[in-house]
Amino acid sequence: MKLSLNWLQDYINIDDISIKDYCDRMTNTGSKVEGYECRGDNINNVVVGKITTLQKHPNADKLTICSVDVGTEAPVQIITGAGNVFAGAYVPVALNGAKLPTGQTIKAGKLRGELSFGMLCSISELGLDTHDMPFADEDGILILDDSHAPGTDIRDALMLRDTTVEFEITSNRPDCLSVIGLARETSASFNRPFNIPKPKPTVLNDGDRIENYLSVQIDAPDLCPRYAARVVKNVRIKPSPLWMRMRLRAAGVRPINNIVDITNYVMLEYGQPMHAFDYACLDGSSIIVRNAKEGENFRSLDDVDHKLTSDMLVIADKNKAVALAGIMGGANSEITDSTKTVVFESANFLGASVRVTAKKQGMRTESSSRFEKGLDPENVLPALERACELVNLLDAGDVLPGIADIYPGKRDARVLPFEVEKINRLLATDLSTDYMAKVLTSLGFTVARDTVTVPSWRGDVEGMADLAEEIARIYGYNNIESAHFRANITQGKLTPKQAYEQSMHDLLCGMGLDEICTFSFISPKFYDRIRIPEEDAARRSITLLNPLGEDTSIMRTTALPSMLDTLARNNNHSNPRAALYEIATVYIPQGEDELPHERKTIVIGFYQNGDFYTLKGMCENIITKSRIGKCQYSAYTENPAFHPGKCAIITSPCGKEIGILGEIHPLVAQNYDFDLPVYAAVLDFELLYSLIGPEPQYTPLAKYPASARDFSFVCDETLEVGAIERVIRSAGVKLLEDVRLFDIYRGEQVAEGKKSVAFRISLRSPERTLTDEEADKATAKILAALQRELNINIRS
Amino acid sequence: MKDTLLQIKAEAAESLSDANVDIEAVRIKYLGKKGALTAVLRGMGQISAEERPIIGQLANEIRQYIESAIAEKQEELRYAKLLEKLNKERIDVTVPGAEIPVGRRHPLSIIQRKLEQIFIGMGFEIAEGPEVEYGYYNFEALNIPENHPARDTQDTFYINDKILLRSQTSPVQVRVMEKQRPPIRIISPGRVYRSDAVDATHSPLFHQLEGLVVDKNISFADLKGMLELFAKNMFGGNTKIRFRPHYFPFTEPSAEVDVSCFNCDGKGCRLCKGEGYIEILGAGMVHPNVLRTCNIDPDVYSGFAFGLGIERVVMFKYNIDDMRLLYENDVRFLSQF
Repeated sequence: MKLSLNWLQDYINIDDISIKDYCDRMTNTGSKVEGYECRGDNINNVVVGKITTLQKHPNADKLTICSVDVGTEAPVQIITGAGNVFAGAYVPVALNGAKLPTGQTIKAGKLRGELSFGMLCSISELGLDTHDMPFADEDGILILDDSHAPGTDIRDALMLRDTTVEFEITSNRPDCLSVIGLARETSASFNRPFNIPKPKPTVLNDGDRIENYLSVQIDAPDLCPRYAARVVKNVRIKPSPLWMRMRLRAAGVRPINNIVDITNYVMLEYGQPMHAFDYACLDGSSIIVRNAKEGENFRSLDDVDHKLTSDMLVIADKNKAVALAGIMGGANSEITDSTKTVVFESANFLGASVRVTAKKQGMRTESSSRFEKGLDPENVLPALERACELVNLLDAGDVLPGIADIYPGKRDARVLPFEVEKINRLLATDLSTDYMAKVLTSLGFTVARDTVTVPSWRGDVEGMADLAEEIARIYGYNNIESAHFRANITQGKLTPKQAYEQSMHDLLCGMGLDEICTFSFISPKFYDRIRIPEEDAARRSITLLNPLGEDTSIMRTTALPSMLDTLARNNNHSNPRAALYEIATVYIPQGEDELPHERKTIVIGFYQNGDFYTLKGMCENIITKSRIGKCQYSAYTENPAFHPGKCAIITSPCGKEIGILGEIHPLVAQNYDFDLPVYAAVLDFELLYSLIGPEPQYTPLAKYPASARDFSFVCDETLEVGAIERVIRSAGVKLLEDVRLFDIYRGEQVAEGKKSVAFRISLRSPERTLTDEEADKATAKILAALQRELNINIRS
Repeated sequence: MKDTLLQIKAEAAESLSDANVDIEAVRIKYLGKKGALTAVLRGMGQISAEERPIIGQLANEIRQYIESAIAEKQEELRYAKLLEKLNKERIDVTVPGAEIPVGRRHPLSIIQRKLEQIFIGMGFEIAEGPEVEYGYYNFEALNIPENHPARDTQDTFYINDKILLRSQTSPVQVRVMEKQRPPIRIISPGRVYRSDAVDATHSPLFHQLEGLVVDKNISFADLKGMLELFAKNMFGGNTKIRFRPHYFPFTEPSAEVDVSCFNCDGKGCRLCKGEGYIEILGAGMVHPNVLRTCNIDPDVYSGFAFGLGIERVVMFKYNIDDMRLLYENDVRFLSQF
């Protein structure tokens, strides 16, 4: 809401308050100031001048030399190229050193050998257009009327001196979307009186009455609590006067003509949207407020065609809709230059209905955005009377006696208990009853001994807490002393799961991975990119009804593509290496109207940071840190996102699938423009958490040394070392403490299709140092098992 | 005799002061079987009985002196040799260190963690709730009925009539109050969604942190006190806060809270656009309707709630001018934190 301070001063005097103090105080009492603009500050040293004589420039056909009276003793000589000047004309004169809104600075100088002490101005040079100055010649010098003496500052002559303050008005205060509403706030904020004169239009006294023209009927009282109208005849359409045009301009509204300007002026002043119909276009002398017919056609003022539905409210005559209630008038009843009789509408419509209709039709207007916040039906008549008073003032037509006023939605004023003590307790203040009463009264509340009557325009005030806010904001939030509450001690802590998540972050960062943060919504194409089969269940995703675009249209069921996308972006940005992780939420759909399961997964991804075994080492660390026990890594060829020869699934000791890791399938890598290997792992965080082992219990450090035995053997390439290790571990050797693979060798001396594998086992007894015989015996048992179960012999 | 001894001492000292001395030769010359000092001691028989103990003592002293001088010299030479070796091992310390990969938390996580730790320290627990949420929790239960104009300020992504992507973390408040009786002291950080196109200051997905306190006798002054404490913890001990009236459907009275700029201490700078203060929090006393919806009697209990945008804090704290950087995850960006 842009407020002209000139306009505000019609209601309250704030001349003695600096603009900064005004803005600060208003912000602190709840009307947040976004900024202010001093109109006219960009014009300097431009005055009214009267052309006394004209003569042709001796050296230029198109230039005229003017002698201009600018209020000084001697006239000044100014040269102009405009053709519309004449002797006796009053014109704006930019004197030597003048500054114009265009950024120009005017300097005296010679034009083709003749002196010119300034410049005569057109409207655009003053930052105006033909809506502001409807009588002006767009291409020539602005010709002023003779009401201002030569030498008058042009800002005074054209009413350009004004400050507009822009307010951010919250949606609960539509009453403040008006000059009067803000005057009331100003009055309460600065503790000074303000005054709204009751508008009293003068009506025609020729015996004609509204009843001879119009009947009003409300068929949908649930959507239209009140509808009032007045008729004005002998309408004289013309531009509205300068002061009105300038005030509309200050508020950001374009002046059109006197009747339309009056409706806008009243909306800005009273906060009540108005509409004017050309009476000649209303069939059957009637206005009917009714639901639209299903599929009814309506062309709005801006010449857009709409198809309406039966839940929408229209203003209609006998035959057709003439306005979409509270939103926009129809092209069929628009005010034109030939309009002779006007019907002024001032009405109240149900906010929710206006909001839904405006949204459906995609036409949010100044009017609809006010109605949808819920307006005051008691404001309908004062606004209508003000409009007609302005008709009188502007001599725009003759107001007929009588008002059509249908008011099915009249409600009693809301009365609340006046709970001084409760308010003080909520705010932790010690304010007196008198002070509270004074504040509330200044805001329009009526205070009795134990009750407060809420003014009709404050639909947002429903209870004690609301009254407390009214008092607190005028008292000043910043004047309420801070306190520290005394309360039961509560234990601030992380849940075990939250603590586990933090420990995972620490571990993942500790392994050199950078954390990333990716969007939870993705494009369905992401599933194509990681080659999820067409009918796969993983594609079933929560889908947004109104996404911003396809890219963010479904909730991901896997965070792998988000990771790959991020790696790809880094690769495209020529980052030589990236190693990343995310603890990402995925959304697994459940039944219709049920919330999805939101599960966290750990996703790791990297390129140029090692190979499969680097990744596996990271996964192993996660498992170890989670104390899950010995997990199995099994080759897995079925996931189309991964290289079938370099992919494994991880299975917990109890047989649950914890996750998958591997090199990304080259076809998938290609989808992300990679021509180097990319590795990724996806682990189920929820499952990991559920499998966490007990807190570690200390085992005494070994007192006796371990005996190590190394042995290597040749086996088939296809035999997994995991299988060998399992045999070693299950050979029944109690002294076996650890098994470690330390070499795999292929090449010279090893036959094609074979590999040489070397293990180191460590044997230890907690009771004594092992003898060589004991160690040899244990080793022999292991070798026998390998021979028996895998048919492999120690390498000679 | 005495003079001979003193002479020997002087000579030995003299030869040991030579940097290139052959220490073994010195030892033999003075202390060896045929050495000078030994010779003197052998001649002890020729001196008088009175002088004998005096000379004997002197000779002993001189022997000890020479022995320790030799040891000292030996140590000195060994050290010089070591030094020479170490000097030869000199490396170029300006060669860059080996690259030890260090992973970094995302800046959003860093700040969220810091916020969490501050509130945990003040007795808060962390509550979590679903991001795909029932409209009831996101709106109705928070005193925002269907077609309420406040819904316009939070353009919401819908899944169907009943389910949406939460547009704020506030629904967690309701879920907590439904389950738990006062005293309640929780924060709830997490992702929220609004239908805003991506630009330097907007994103359809961002992070909020919500706080809720419900107990007996909780007042507006307590809200101020708590947020002051929080701001000092988060932004430094000199931080001041400023309350402005505002409107949220689920709190009454409601406020927007500005924090004095941690860059200029409230004097006004480029970071705070000359304002000296940065708008960072929304807050207020829990609306009685919200308490009532959760079956908490507003005549017995009161509470306050507050919320902040984590991205906003991150961007101010690290002077980040484009929000998109936070979701692009370029390692050149991530490695700066």
